[in-house]
Amino acid sequence: MRSTRPISGRASMNIIDTLVQGILLGGLYALFAAGLSIVFGIMRLVNLAHGDLIIFAAFAILTITSMFGLNPFLSALIAAPLMFAAGWLLQYFLLNRTLGKDILPPLLVTFGLSIIIQNGLLEGFAADSRRVPLGSLEAATIPLGAVNIGVMPLLTFLSAIVVIVGLNTLIYRAPIGRAFRATSDDPVTAGLMGIRPQRIFATATGLAMVVVTVAALYLGTRANFDPSAGPSRLIYAFEAVIIGGLGSLWGTLVGGVVLGVAQTIGATINPEWQILAGHIAFLAVLAFKPRGFFPRAVD
Amino acid sequence: MSSTAQTWTTKTGTRASGLFGIAAILVVIVAAAAPFLVSRDIVQDLFFILTMLVLAQNWNLLAGYAGLLSIGQQAFVGFGAYSMFGMVILLGVDPLLATLLAGFFAVLLAIPSGFFSFRLQGAYFGVGTWVIAEAVRLVVAQWKALGGGTGTSLPGEARKAMFGVDFLKNTFDMKTSQASDAIAYWFALVLAAATVLLFYRILRTRQGLGLAAVRDNETAARALGVNAQRMKVFVYLTTAFVTGITGALIYLQKARISPDAAFSVTDWTAYVLFIVVIGGIGTIEGPIVGMIVFFVLQKTLSDFGSVYLLILGFIGIATMIFAPAGLWGLFSAHTGIQLFPVRRRLVLNGSDHTLQDTRKGGFNG
Amino acid sequence: MTLLQTHALTARYGDFQALFGIDITLEAGETVAVIGANGAGKTTLMRAISGVLASAPEQILFEGQPIGALASPDIVMRGIAMVPEGRKLFPSLTVEENLLIGAYGTKGSGAWNLARIYDLFPILKERRHSPGTALSGGQQQMVAIGRALMSNPKVLLCDEISLGLAPVVIKDIYAAFPQIKASGASIVIVEQDIGHALKVADRIYCMMEGRITLSGRSSEVSRDAIHSAYFGAGVHEHH
Repeated sequence: MRSTRPISGRASMNIIDTLVQGILLGGLYALFAAGLSIVFGIMRLVNLAHGDLIIFAAFAILTITSMFGLNPFLSALIAAPLMFAAGWLLQYFLLNRTLGKDILPPLLVTFGLSIIIQNGLLEGFAADSRRVPLGSLEAATIPLGAVNIGVMPLLTFLSAIVVIVGLNTLIYRAPIGRAFRATSDDPVTAGLMGIRPQRIFATATGLAMVVVTVAALYLGTRANFDPSAGPSRLIYAFEAVIIGGLGSLWGTLVGGVVLGVAQTIGATINPEWQILAGHIAFLAVLAFKPRGFFPRAVD
Repeated sequence: MSSTAQTWTTKTGTRASGLFGIAAILVVIVAAAAPFLVSRDIVQDLFFILTMLVLAQNWNLLAGYAGLLSIGQQAFVGFGAYSMFGMVILLGVDPLLATLLAGFFAVLLAIPSGFFSFRLQGAYFGVGTWVIAEAVRLVVAQWKALGGGTGTSLPGEARKAMFGVDFLKNTFDMKTSQASDAIAYWFALVLAAATVLLFYRILRTRQGLGLAAVRDNETAARALGVNAQRMKVFVYLTTAFVTGITGALIYLQKARISPDAAFSVTDWTAYVLFIVVIGGIGTIEGPIVGMIVFFVLQKTLSDFGSVYLLILGFIGIATMIFAPAGLWGLFSAHTGIQLFPVRRRLVLNGSDHTLQDTRKGGFNG
Repeated sequence: MTLLQTHALTARYGDFQALFGIDITLEAGETVAVIGANGAGKTTLMRAISGVLASAPEQILFEGQPIGALASPDIVMRGIAMVPEGRKLFPSLTVEENLLIGAYGTKGSGAWNLARIYDLFPILKERRHSPGTALSGGQQQMVAIGRALMSNPKVLLCDEISLGLAPVVIKDIYAAFPQIKASGASIVIVEQDIGHALKVADRIYCMMEGRITLSGRSSEVSRDAIHSAYFGAGVHEHH
C-alpha cells in the first residue's frame, strides 16, 4: 500500500509495529499461561502461586548465571530439572493433600504459598529490581520490511509455539500423557490400571515448572523483575487462559496474543493504560464469549 | 410432627450461648467507654481489631457460607474509601455521612463486578474478582482530582467539622484528632456488633439455612427449592455494602489514601483470609478467635517485616492441612460449645437431640 | 494350588459394615462366580481384593503373600486386574488408548497384546480411534475386559459385566471367556444373572447381606439351594 502523505504512512507503519510487538508479547503470556493450564487441566487445581513460581525461577536463573558466569540459556537448562524436582515435591507432599471436592483448601494453600515465596525472595534477594544480563542479544533486532523485530521477543514467541507443540505431543501421544488424561478423568479407575495418581499429579506439576522455567528465562532477560512481581504474572496467565478457553493449549497462545496486543495498543495511547487495556480486553471477552475462544468440547 | 404423642419443639440456643449473649452485651458496653478510659493508641488498636473483624466476617459469609471464594474484596474496601474521599473533597459531604453512603457506592461497583465474576466458577471466580479489583485500582489511579497514583489526604477542616467532633471537644475536652478517632471507633464498634448480629440473623432464617444447604450440596439444595444463584447474589451484594462502609471507615481514620494501599490484596484480602482460616471458616465465632490470634501475632512479629508474612503463610497452610476447621473448630469439636448456634435442635420431651442435618431442621422445623 | 484367598475379610463404609468375614478361594486356572442380589456386598468384595478399599494385610492372600493392605496400583502389578462395575472407560481416551493404558503399570510381555485383544473382539479394531464412551454398552464392556487383559493378569476380576446389556450382547461377551481361560488366567465373575454364572464357572459362591450363604461346584448346587441362598430363607424383604 502506497501513501501519498508521509504522515499516514508512518501511522500505518506504527500500527503494524504495535501489532507485531503485541503478538510477540503474547508469546510470553502464553508461556505464563501454559503451565497454569496443564495443572488445572489435569488436576483441577488453580495454583495461585504460579506467578510467584515464575519469579522464583527467574531468580534461580539469575543466581546460576551470576554464580557460574554462564549464559542465561544454559542456566535455564540447569534450572529446569531443579524446578521440575521442586514442583514434583511441592505437589506430592503438599498440594496433593489439598485436592478433593472442596475447592477452598487448594485455593488457600496456594495463596499462602504465594505469600511465602514472595517474602522468602524478599528476604533472600531484597526488593531491588533485577534483570538477567544477556549481552548483545538484549537489543538485537531483525529488520523485517517496515518493522524491526527484536530477536528476544521473536525467540519468546517461537519458544511458546515449541512448548505448546511439545506439551500437546506429550499429552496426546506419549504414554505419560495417556496417564495424565486417564487420571484426570477418574483417579480411582486409573489406580486399577497401575497408575499412581499422586505421582501423576506430581509429574504434571513438575512439567508445569519446566514450562515456568522457560517463561522465567524470557521474563528475566527481557524485563526487570522483583520479588513482588508474581501476582501480576499470575493475573496475565489467568487472563490468557480464560480468553483462550479453558483446557486448550493453543487457546492459551491466542489468549496471550489478544492480551499482548491489547496491552501494546493501550500503551501506545497512554503508557499508564497498558495493563488496564489488557484487563478491559479480558472483561470484554468474559462479557461476550464467557467460555473463551477455544472452549473444550467435552468437559 | 406435632401429631405424635411426644412433643417436639425446635431450639437453636444453648446454655453456653445464652450466657455468652449476656457477656457479649456487657463487653460491648465496656468497649463503648474505651475512648474515655484508655489511651489513643489503644483506641486505634481496638479500631483496627473491629474493622478487620468486620472484613473477616464478610469474607466468612462469602466464602464459608455462600462458597464465593473472592480474592478481590479489596475492590470494595478501596472503592468505598475512595468514594468517601470523593464525596468529602469534591462535594463537601460530611465525612461520617459519606462513610455510610460509601456502602451504596460499593454496591454500585458490585453489580458490574458480579456480572463479570459470576461467569467464572470456583477458584477462577476468585482470580476473576482479583482482576476486577486490579482494574478498578488502575482506573482510580487515573482520577487526578483525588491525587491519581500518589493519592491524597482528607482535608483537616473536614475532619474538624465532622458530625460529633465539636460536641466531644466541648463536652469532654478532647482534641480534634482524639475526637475524630473516638467517633470512628464508635462507628466501628456499632458496625462490628451490627455485622455479627445481622449475619447471625441471616444464618438463622430459612434463607440462611438454605445457604448452608447450598454450600453442602448445591444440587440437593436446588431440589429443596433453594435458589442458589439468588442467595449468592444477595450475599455478594450485602458483603460488598458492608465491606465498602468498612473501607471508608478505615480511611476516615487513616485520613490519607493511595490506590496501592486502598486496593492492597495483602492488607484487605490476605490478612482477612488468614484471620478466617486460622479461627475457623463457616462459623461466626471463628473470625473472632482468628482476629485475636492475628492481632497478637502482628503486635509481636510485625517488626520483622517479610519474616512476619512468611510466618503467617506457614501458619495458614498448616492450619488448612492439619486443622481445616480452624482453632474454633477444634475447640467446638472437643467441647460441643457453640456461642452462635445456627444449627436447630429438636427437643423431645425436654431431652435434647441435635439434628445432624441442618437442612432437615430448616425445612421441617 | 490356591492362587487367591480371602480370610475373614471385613469391610465397612463409615458406620455401615458391608462385609462380615468373607472366606473365598480361587485355585489356579479356575473360574469362580460370586452371585447375589443387589447390595449383597459383591462389589465391595471386588473393591477390597483390587485394593480400592484397604483391608488388613492378612485378610487377602495372593500366591501366599498378604496383599490386603496394598493399594490398587500394587495389586494390578502383582497380577490381579479388574473389570470395574459400570465399565468405567476413560472418556478422554480413544478405544485403543483405553486398551493401551491397561498395560500402563505392567512391564514385560505375556499372552495378551493389542493385536490379540482385537482378535478377541474384532469390532474394537474398527472403532479403535473413537472415544471409548462413544461405543455401545456391549462394546464398552469389551473395551473394559480388553483393558484389564492388557496387563496380562493371573487373576481377572469381572464385576457385573452383564449389567444393563441385552441378552444377545451378554452372550457375545461370555463367548470370549473360553479364550480368556485358555490364556491361563483364573477368573472371578460377579453376577446377578445366575444362568450365565453357572454356565462359565467351575464353582460358585452365593452372597447375602455381606456374608457367604452358599458355596459349591456349579454342577452340584441345586437351583432351590441357590434361590434360598440368594433371597434368604422364607420371606425376606429387600430394600
